[in-house]
Amino acid sequence: MASLRDTLSRTRNSVFSRIQTALGQSDITDETWEELEMLLLQADVGATTTEGLITRLRERARADGIVRADALRGALKRELKALLLSHPATHSFASNRMLEVIMMIGVNGSGKTTSIAKLCKLYKQRGRKVLLAAADTFRAAAVDQLQVWGERNGVDVITGPQAVDPGAVTHDAVMAAFARKADLLIVDTAGRLHTKHNLMQELVKIKNVLQRTVHEAPHQTLIVIDAANGQNAIAQAKGFAQAVGVTGAILTKLDGTPKGGVAFSIVSDLGIPILFVGTGEKIDDIEPFDADAFVEDLFEA
Amino acid sequence: MFEGLSEKLQAVFDRLGRRGVLSEADVDVALREVRLALLEADVNFKVVKDFLARVRVRAIGAEVHKSLTPGQAVIKIVHDELLTTLGEGGKLDLGGPAPRVVMLVGLQGSGKTTTAAKLALRLRSAGRKPLLVAADTYRPAAITQLEQLGRQLSITVHSESASVPPPVICQNAITRAIQGAFDVVILDTAGRLQIDDKMMAEIEDVRQRTKPCETLLIADAMTGQEAVNIADAFNKRVGLTGLILTKVDGDARGGAAISMRAVTGVPIKFLATGEKPDAFEPFHPDRLASRILGMGDVMTLIEKAQVEFDEKETLRTAERMMTAKFDLEDFLGQLRQIKKMGPIGDLLKMIPGFNQISKDLTPEMTEGQMKRTEAIISSMTRDERRDPNLLNASRKRRVARGSGVDVQDVNELLKQFKQAQTMMKQLSSNPRLRNMLKRP
Ligand SMILES: Nc1nc2c(ncn2[C@@H]2O[C@H](COP(=O)(O)OP(=O)(O)O)[C@@H](O)[C@H]2O)c(=O)[nH]1
Ligand SMILES: [Mg+2]
Repeated sequence: MASLRDTLSRTRNSVFSRIQTALGQSDITDETWEELEMLLLQADVGATTTEGLITRLRERARADGIVRADALRGALKRELKALLLSHPATHSFASNRMLEVIMMIGVNGSGKTTSIAKLCKLYKQRGRKVLLAAADTFRAAAVDQLQVWGERNGVDVITGPQAVDPGAVTHDAVMAAFARKADLLIVDTAGRLHTKHNLMQELVKIKNVLQRTVHEAPHQTLIVIDAANGQNAIAQAKGFAQAVGVTGAILTKLDGTPKGGVAFSIVSDLGIPILFVGTGEKIDDIEPFDADAFVEDLFEA
Repeated sequence: MFEGLSEKLQAVFDRLGRRGVLSEADVDVALREVRLALLEADVNFKVVKDFLARVRVRAIGAEVHKSLTPGQAVIKIVHDELLTTLGEGGKLDLGGPAPRVVMLVGLQGSGKTTTAAKLALRLRSAGRKPLLVAADTYRPAAITQLEQLGRQLSITVHSESASVPPPVICQNAITRAIQGAFDVVILDTAGRLQIDDKMMAEIEDVRQRTKPCETLLIADAMTGQEAVNIADAFNKRVGLTGLILTKVDGDARGGAAISMRAVTGVPIKFLATGEKPDAFEPFHPDRLASRILGMGDVMTLIEKAQVEFDEKETLRTAERMMTAKFDLEDFLGQLRQIKKMGPIGDLLKMIPGFNQISKDLTPEMTEGQMKRTEAIISSMTRDERRDPNLLNASRKRRVARGSGVDVQDVNELLKQFKQAQTMMKQLSSNPRLRNMLKRP
């Protein structure tokens, strides 16, 4: 085992410098392609997407007569950015609706509640009157968690008794939003695996409550995805999109070591734009998604 | 996205159309598919490379046993090598003077708190007296979460104010355990990134003060390529004794388990399979290997079936499976059994053949379909059920009328039955399964 461990850390340390060299002054060799493939695989881009990218890059290299490895780097970055820009984020903090509704969804532990706290602050800073709905009535102390964030944000949180139907809390929250003249309601939902039919139906019910009570709601349905997830993130996004529709994604925990390469498939194959990235546990650890920076980060050691 | 690897390999070998001994070329073509499968299952690319090198050596020149196709022969080698890599499932080692300390560590959101409760419940059932310790003072309401879980399960939770440093809380918990005659102390630590030096130093401190006999990394089954770095860093810093893979009830292939096991060498001890406190199972390398290869969770299904199926019925079906006589009555009986076992969508997915059948059916339709299927089969005569070939056009029309469906539905059902029949034949030719079913 020791040898594998050593190889791994050696690989880790040298992959990127080797790529730098491979993509540097030299001519393109088989090794250049191998290094590129490794870079993409290691970033969780996924074997299929990686294969597609490399194939396209080979064609491009042939068509454009690219012979130097460093020119390949530029071409790959352009390919990657093009994937992300195929469905660019169109997010606005402003809305002329009387009440805008955001529904947060995703698997367990991806960072929904924390992301709500962060978004809440951003919206509030822009003068919006925000209300939070604690519709995770399943996980122990999930309501308390959102309440803490509500307090820190100086924003009210609508809750129901433990184990109550999340649709009922959602309904109460909408009524409260109207009564208190809030112009943004963010609904926190329980984490669930996209493979659980009953739990996905519960989400549909929450959405139905919103549709019935607020014109064209939910206006944003945001899926929260942990950047440390591998290929399953694609299945998640697909599953949630099928059940309730998804307007955008938040990629969390990018302060860790994962590169979040599943983002390429999520954007280009599923057409779900990444709107924000989470970069820590604190309330200010959120940034709008920047395709350029994201791609550059892939190439960073 | 992830078709069964066995079918893919079969297709590859069908194209090659060769038998006998596995040639270098055969193996390389096959391993290309295996590589893709492993990568799509999130096994780390470096681990994949080493793994394939080992398989290649074993496969080239290997004789294809008469009863196997070349595809199956490769699968078998891959499967065996996977089992070797995954290793045996480890047991908790809680021997020695009480209180024994179990420390749970991991990234944010990996499932530590839920797992702590599950572990405590399991240990209590085994006759121990566990004390849960709320050592996550960072995430809002993390302490409350563990307290609530403890209350639900009637398991004592040691908690202090969030302003007390976690190493101090843990140390106090040990003192309390000694006084209160608790014999196992389970530390629920805060989620942390392995690169967060300050936070990693904190668990080192906890470790020094509490001397855990088990330090378990709680890892999300959905983890991608970084699993190696995460596991490696935690292992180097606090010395892991085991892994627990969580959220295994989803459709993640769980390749991260291989990566983490390969890099740390520590055993996988449990799988967490749901949000409820009893959704917690010992680790079986067999099942995870099949799952990573996309071969369906045959063993899990069989075991589940053995627990919940009516025993007589199971034996009867098993016998008929072995003789490959499997008629519509068995089919109906089986559907009824499956229905008894709960959410059928989840279950169907575990059977390799049914994987295909259930693919185009949403779980909702499956339930509806089930009722319809029951109605249709009930409208058949006994003879027709035993020998579906009797069902000519006019008989089909009668059955359709009797069950209030279209003839098309009857045809559809017969098609499904044929598929199931084929599947049963396949299953019954699986030697391990035969043994399993022979045992009453
Ligand atoms: N490092 C890091 N941790 C995060 C981030 N977002 C959320 N978390 C943590 O992930 C864990 C789960 O978050 P939570 O919001 O409770 O997830 P939920 O179950 O989806 O609501 C908590 O410990 C959060 O502090 C992030 O961007 N970076
Ligand atoms: Mg939450």
